[in-house]
Amino acid sequence: MWRYLIPGAVFALLVAVFAVGLYRDPGYVPSPLIGKPAPQFSLPRLDDPQMTLQRSDLLGKVSLVNVWGTWCSGCRQEHETLLTLAQDGSIPIYGINWKDDPALARQWLQQLGNPYAAVGVDEAGGAAIEWGVYGAPETFLVGPDGTVLYKHIAPMTLAVWRDEFLPRITAARTGSKP
Amino acid sequence: MRTVALFSGILLCLATLSAWAIEHDEKLADPAQQAVFDHLTNEVRCLVCQNQTIADSTAPLAIDLRREIRQMLEAGRSEEEIKTFLLDRYGDFVLYRPRWQANTALLWLAPVLLLLIGAGGLWRIIRRRAALPVPSEDGDPPSAG
Repeated sequence: MWRYLIPGAVFALLVAVFAVGLYRDPGYVPSPLIGKPAPQFSLPRLDDPQMTLQRSDLLGKVSLVNVWGTWCSGCRQEHETLLTLAQDGSIPIYGINWKDDPALARQWLQQLGNPYAAVGVDEAGGAAIEWGVYGAPETFLVGPDGTVLYKHIAPMTLAVWRDEFLPRITAARTGSKP
Repeated sequence: MRTVALFSGILLCLATLSAWAIEHDEKLADPAQQAVFDHLTNEVRCLVCQNQTIADSTAPLAIDLRREIRQMLEAGRSEEEIKTFLLDRYGDFVLYRPRWQANTALLWLAPVLLLLIGAGGLWRIIRRRAALPVPSEDGDPPSAG
């Protein structure tokens, strides 16, 4: 009896493990930043290099930090969604323009519309390393106290917004004002 | 024959081009730091092209990370400090040899566990075989009882 049951069970277990693995994205790497304070950064702003976008700008409200570049096709894909979210006005979106030409970035925002409350220019990629960024577009959800609440790697869609971001935003807002 | 030689020539040139791209980084002034740099960049995964180390990769992120590591070494930070810096930002997956901790224990112990399971199975089979009666010389099965 056991002679057949044990190999059968081992086989079934392997099938289950492989079946789960087959539907997981091997490119997805969970961020160790989630639940931790957002990293310190200070970047010249795209609209005015004399001004800076820094960590303290994120505090006091729930905000999005979106890492993008004009070279990134996924960023072009998600741009409409970001505009929709910005029009809704419920949450400020801060941009980190990653390894890009600022002139191209300004042109992009002029032509496609600007969903960002402010954009910091990270030409050298130093701030992106602080944020653990490895592929644009990446979107972080940051709480009022500067805690990273969630990270989405891939173009933002309204479905992702509804399923992953909205519940966490509601929780963060009600949690911060009991 | 000449086309083959020409093509091999072109291929050879292309192959050396990529090597040049990787070796293009400036060496560190201190040879000891350069040794740590060489060791470390071969231990860190490039998350853009996940089966390459940042030493092998020409991805922009790998170039940035090599520069970051070089700057940290020049600032006098140790290999362990730099590893912790990378782990805090990119997670356990960034190291090809993850640290020994609760969520990696199974990974590290799996070879030993599998070896023990295999050895256990082998031992049982050998014991069972040893308990069988020895077959007779002419190959006939031994008479029962």
